[in-house]
Amino acid sequence: MATKHIVIDPITRIEGHMRIEVVVDETTNEVVDAFCSSNMFRGIETILKDRDPRDCGLMAMRICGVCTVTHYQRSIEAVENAFNVQVPKNARLMRNIIQGSLFMHDHLVHYYHLHSLDWVDVLSALEADPADAVVEAQKWADVAGEVPWNNDVATYTDIKDKLTKFVARRRLGIFGNGYWGNRSYKLTPAQNLLAMTHYFQALEIQRDLGQMMAVFGGKDPHPQSFVVGGVTSIVNMKDPAKIELFRTLALRVRQFLKGAYMLDMYMLADAYKDEMLAGVGGGLKSFLVYGGFPLEDVPIESARKLFPGGVVYNGDLNNVIDFDSTLVTEDATHAWYAATTPEHPYEGTTTPEYTDFKLIENGVAYLDTDGKYSWIKSPLYDDKRVEVGPLARMVVGYARGDTLIKQYVDNFLSRANMSLENLYSSTGRTIARAIESELIADVITDWLDELDTNIQGGDTTSWTKFDFANVSANAQGRGLEEAPRGALGHWVKIANGKVLNYQAVVPSTWNAGPRDHLGRLGAYEESIKGLVLSNIDEPLEILRTVHSFDPCIACAVHVINTQGKELSSFKVSATCTA
Amino acid sequence: MKYETQKSLLFSKESQLNTNKGEVFYKNLYRHCEDRLIKLRKKVSFSDEDVTTVLAEEGYERRDFMKWVSATTAALMLPAFFEPLVAQTIEVLNRVPVIWVNLQDCAGNSEALLRADGPTVDELILDIISLEFHELLMAPSGEAAEIQLEDAMTTFKGEYLLFVEGSIPTADGGIYGTIGTSGEKYVDHIKRVAVDAAGIVAVGTCATYGGVSAAYPNPTGACGVMDIIKDKPIVNIPACPANPANMLGVILMYAMTGELPELDTLLRPKFAFGTRIHDTCERRVHFDAGEYVEEWGDAAAQAGHCLYKMGCKGPMTFNNCPTVKFNRGESWPVAAGHGCIGCSEPGFFDKFNHFEAPTPYDKTYNPAADLTTITEGVVVLTAFSQFLNKEEYNNGN
Repeated sequence: MATKHIVIDPITRIEGHMRIEVVVDETTNEVVDAFCSSNMFRGIETILKDRDPRDCGLMAMRICGVCTVTHYQRSIEAVENAFNVQVPKNARLMRNIIQGSLFMHDHLVHYYHLHSLDWVDVLSALEADPADAVVEAQKWADVAGEVPWNNDVATYTDIKDKLTKFVARRRLGIFGNGYWGNRSYKLTPAQNLLAMTHYFQALEIQRDLGQMMAVFGGKDPHPQSFVVGGVTSIVNMKDPAKIELFRTLALRVRQFLKGAYMLDMYMLADAYKDEMLAGVGGGLKSFLVYGGFPLEDVPIESARKLFPGGVVYNGDLNNVIDFDSTLVTEDATHAWYAATTPEHPYEGTTTPEYTDFKLIENGVAYLDTDGKYSWIKSPLYDDKRVEVGPLARMVVGYARGDTLIKQYVDNFLSRANMSLENLYSSTGRTIARAIESELIADVITDWLDELDTNIQGGDTTSWTKFDFANVSANAQGRGLEEAPRGALGHWVKIANGKVLNYQAVVPSTWNAGPRDHLGRLGAYEESIKGLVLSNIDEPLEILRTVHSFDPCIACAVHVINTQGKELSSFKVSATCTA
Repeated sequence: MKYETQKSLLFSKESQLNTNKGEVFYKNLYRHCEDRLIKLRKKVSFSDEDVTTVLAEEGYERRDFMKWVSATTAALMLPAFFEPLVAQTIEVLNRVPVIWVNLQDCAGNSEALLRADGPTVDELILDIISLEFHELLMAPSGEAAEIQLEDAMTTFKGEYLLFVEGSIPTADGGIYGTIGTSGEKYVDHIKRVAVDAAGIVAVGTCATYGGVSAAYPNPTGACGVMDIIKDKPIVNIPACPANPANMLGVILMYAMTGELPELDTLLRPKFAFGTRIHDTCERRVHFDAGEYVEEWGDAAAQAGHCLYKMGCKGPMTFNNCPTVKFNRGESWPVAAGHGCIGCSEPGFFDKFNHFEAPTPYDKTYNPAADLTTITEGVVVLTAFSQFLNKEEYNNGN
């Protein structure tokens, strides 16, 4: 078999920096092997050592500017868990509201601005008749049972003209040098025009979501209203005008999600039906969820949640296993660290062992794929590779029989004439993210009402007092919950009021990790393997599949100690298996 | 300095910056800008869009546009008679090509750029400047993306503005960041892309001073652009993330004058970083009145009082957050009840830790930190903060 080794670096339209190398059979264009590598490292966990635990949230937030609120909240929850502090109801609701806004923002920007160009051919949109786009939008709105967003000829004509002028220029900017015309673009010209129109409209809608986070968070990215023990934006929460502003924006976002984003998903499900049925880009089909959005004022791990936790192996919906955090290990066989056996995150040693590229040939560097090739370790659950993320949340929730999740997933599947198994694919992963957004859009205003009612009823408590000197003498805690991209855990150990050790295991680590000690592939690698390229010189199918996970690579790189010293060992007793 | 003197400084309403430079200065600047406009008009246009058409297409009227121009002119601290010039400049703004590179970053500044909406036409401006390369947003990956970069660097040699997001790792031979098929180290990459840039704009605290990556013990030897590139004009727009309104201000200034805006000693544009947060803060009146939040969620917090005792770094931070704000002018951290954390100041993660207590001058986190950049005002303030009885609001620090 004649093969070609292809290097794709930089992978664009992701957060962070990633390189993918694939081996392609030159006769069939099939990807026979795939390697995923992170090539940027910062060491934020090292930087967190010796600091005041109350500062961790603001620093950990800087892990990522895309899922900005997630690390902030998770870090603060880990410290609250260590201090045994239960936040007031207003704080729980406010955090859910801001986090919910983040999920929607993250998913919307991900699909339209980081992912849709893998499905949507910009140049094909130029051939469309705007009148056809109106018909197309109405057609999918009927399928979805929704009202199409701003569906008139003038809107599509404007976008078409804008694009036509844009292409007529010599400079295509961010659309320049794309893979336009590739055979795996399957949407019709009218559908492409509809999708590109939504691309531009989504820019405006994501600003609504940014403003929603700012109403109660001060700014976005990197809001600033969470503190250990609660939230600070009580003035804004008490202000009926701010509550109503948030509601107005949230309703507009909801209309767009239902009348544009979901329409595009039904359109994709139809255009890429064969691939969904064949499970193209499906990958591991084993899913892990920690659980997210607490709905009760009890410690998070024991609270009822919007997204229930659990583990499903090999797509077997009849067996949901309860998540047990003691079964998490990390393996560094193929990562740039010295550890030779899988280790529990708390007891892990992280001695760096950078081995560089294997060779440089004709100006192209190649990873040492037999050896170590990434800054990302490979997390294992019960010594198995799993996928995390919106698809995992929808699958596990479905398998748990969660009424709400089942309602939204079944609604889509019945209207698209699909079964749940068809979601185990690149397209399905993308659709699951949209279904989740739609669900959050519907519940977020209920949370807002609950908050408003509680405050108007006289409860204006926003912070739980604690005696810092006392609780921070010797403590350890963890925050395990869901981020937009999947299961996210922060672990902290505190002594004498300072951070002794800090660990974060993030969603993209689970998904983007390299091979493990048994040579098993990570979720990205497994999903890419077996893809067939339409054009061996254009990695479009690979990008489509990798983007379907919404990579967030700055988050994923593990802590190392550059002096080659072992970090102090770190144990947290896990008594809870939420 | 006597206590009384410190006190008077601390409570002074005076801005740190004299914004009026006199008639002669403005007349000369105006002439200079006009010459520049004539030159720009002669240049080959990279786009045949004219802003008026675009505005009309987007449903904006000329009036909306002029309103925005007024606001921008004011934000740039220029007299009102510059407004027509600003308007004309925007009309040729598409002639400024921009290359944006991401290094040790979190994409927060790119995300901030997406949210840019101070004036609604920001998006428009994005549409019609020539954004040649932007990893987070561009369609192609790998080789096709690299070709795009090379092409832009060649076509716009000596003309493009280079925006840099993220710090540059220099430790251990620069292994902590590589990019591209050749596995180029960030430190080499930035040097290569900077060579033919007209100027560099470092956006966000990471690209300016190293930011979070450079916080103690700085495991990757992260530093800012100005530590690597020594032979190019550089503008620093710190903050975490940088305010998109300030990014746009710099682009405008460059388009108008062909030069970068007036900078302070840290290469920050004075129009944005000339005043302390403390001096324009909406809660300043409570500071003056001695009304402080003493604990999160207390009666003072519910009434929106001053956050100085909760560790607000507004008195030692130079930025325009209180006036420009974020997300369509919706809010900023102090308005959300949390003190400023000084995110646009050098070394803020070390210098200002812990964030919930006033920072005494002698308690910086890293003894080796370079403190020469701290202005006298900070010294005064932090000295003053030691006069306060810290025990009453400082939980065990």
